[in-house]
Amino acid sequence: MINALIDRFVKRKVMAVQEFTELLISSVRHAFSPPRYLIDTLVQMDVIGFGSLPIVLLTGFFTGGVLALQTYRTLSTFGETGLLGQVVALSMVRELGPVLTALMVAGRNSSGIASEIGSMLVSEQIDAMRALGTDPLRKLVTPRLYAAIATLPLLTVLSDFFGMLGGAVVSMSTARLSSAEYWTSAYQALEFADVVQGLTKPFFFAVIVALVGCYFGLHTRGGTEGVGRSTTRAVVAACVLILVLDFFYTKFLIAVGFF
Amino acid sequence: MNPRDAYTSLPRDGAVSLTSVVELRHVSLAFEDKQVLDDVSFRVGAAETLVLLGVTGSGKSVLLKLILGLLKPDAGEVLIEGQNLAPLSEAQLYPFRQRMGIVFQEGALFDSLSVHENVAYRLREERMTDEAKIEQQVRQVLRFVEMEDAIEKMPAELSGGMRRRVSIARAIVSHPAIMLYDSPTAGLDPVTAHTINLLIAKLRDVQRVSSLVVTHRLADAFALANYTYSVEKQALIPASTDGGPGQRVPTQFLVLRDGATYFWGSTDELTAAQDPYLQKFLA
Repeated sequence: MINALIDRFVKRKVMAVQEFTELLISSVRHAFSPPRYLIDTLVQMDVIGFGSLPIVLLTGFFTGGVLALQTYRTLSTFGETGLLGQVVALSMVRELGPVLTALMVAGRNSSGIASEIGSMLVSEQIDAMRALGTDPLRKLVTPRLYAAIATLPLLTVLSDFFGMLGGAVVSMSTARLSSAEYWTSAYQALEFADVVQGLTKPFFFAVIVALVGCYFGLHTRGGTEGVGRSTTRAVVAACVLILVLDFFYTKFLIAVGFF
Repeated sequence: MNPRDAYTSLPRDGAVSLTSVVELRHVSLAFEDKQVLDDVSFRVGAAETLVLLGVTGSGKSVLLKLILGLLKPDAGEVLIEGQNLAPLSEAQLYPFRQRMGIVFQEGALFDSLSVHENVAYRLREERMTDEAKIEQQVRQVLRFVEMEDAIEKMPAELSGGMRRRVSIARAIVSHPAIMLYDSPTAGLDPVTAHTINLLIAKLRDVQRVSSLVVTHRLADAFALANYTYSVEKQALIPASTDGGPGQRVPTQFLVLRDGATYFWGSTDELTAAQDPYLQKFLA
């Protein structure tokens, strides 16, 4: 019984970390040798990037708006509603923009990747690919990884802007701030360290979004029911890893005195 | 015949080639605690046919994956044209896979690609860029399997039998020397199954490819063993053994039971076998 417990809770988890690391290394490495699937990468950039645009913009806009709404109530008791722009900008750029964008993209794309690759696995399309001379990691994983890395930072920037836009709408309608007051406060609050922090996080989150989906897709077992399980696990694992990584990366930046 | 002696004795009738294109030597494979294959050995010569019979779960499909190098054995050797595949890396396996074509049980067509792109897939992977040549070869093989009209359709628009035929076209587009069929007629009605058998025989008899056919439908197995494809009549005709038209193609049968070789021999030896398990199979 103890052996079974060790097998289940220790060996399998360690094996999963090992396999995920191997997947990461090989998918990064494949971009530096032929064959490269550039068309597939462009297609995935469209799916992951452009396809996630509406949900990312909506999330950013309403997050910025509700942040301004909630913060206005507190700031108004101190008569400091002029700081609304600063609060929204710093919150969106440092944390909410990168994290919420990554969570939305993970929910949409990690699940899609896991279900697509999982369906291919259970219907023997992956075996067919190998039989026809294609490395499935080169064809399926590497394009998705690089597409996510290329598009998630861009989506984050747009999310940040729309978040500040949402905050501006609330600030001008509720707090009666002028546009100049809000945007000047937002612009002046941002420092280089904030922007670097906010734009480096998406690169790491992109790796999680793409590779977690690919990992669970490639390890699908048990037919269509297994595809469903892989899809759910991919979303949950990606979201949890994003939040955990965000915490430790922020702590790391603070520890090295980056800000 | 003692199944364990099957490897050392050759079938009595049919010209079995001494030069094997596919050979398994004492291959064993287990998945976790389940022994899937246990000391399996056989060889298939050039332009010969091997029919793999066995109940569900006896390891037949796993054998095909071992031959393609999609799986590696725990013990033994898998030789393709004399080369052992087991120590080769994935990249080193590709030249061998180019010599082989496989038809998976459900076709395994790429459902996001059209029929044209499915069949052209291998050509594009081999870096062929001349679109006119790709189109010509794709149409040629689709004509062979009588699916040229469906060239722009998506796999979801095709019936099961049509998907199998497109799968055959995809497998043969780069003229492999060895064809592997994993239950090619499973789930098909008798008329469609006959069409698939006709295509397999046509490929075998016209293109002279070596064929390994996994099936648990004995009628299909004996159809391939006892009939040949007539180019004039464009149909299957009874095979002869007296040198006349429709010369019988050397066909062996390998029966697996619980992952081990239970019988390896010719058509006549199988039909004459008195073993109770084989008799149940033939009933």
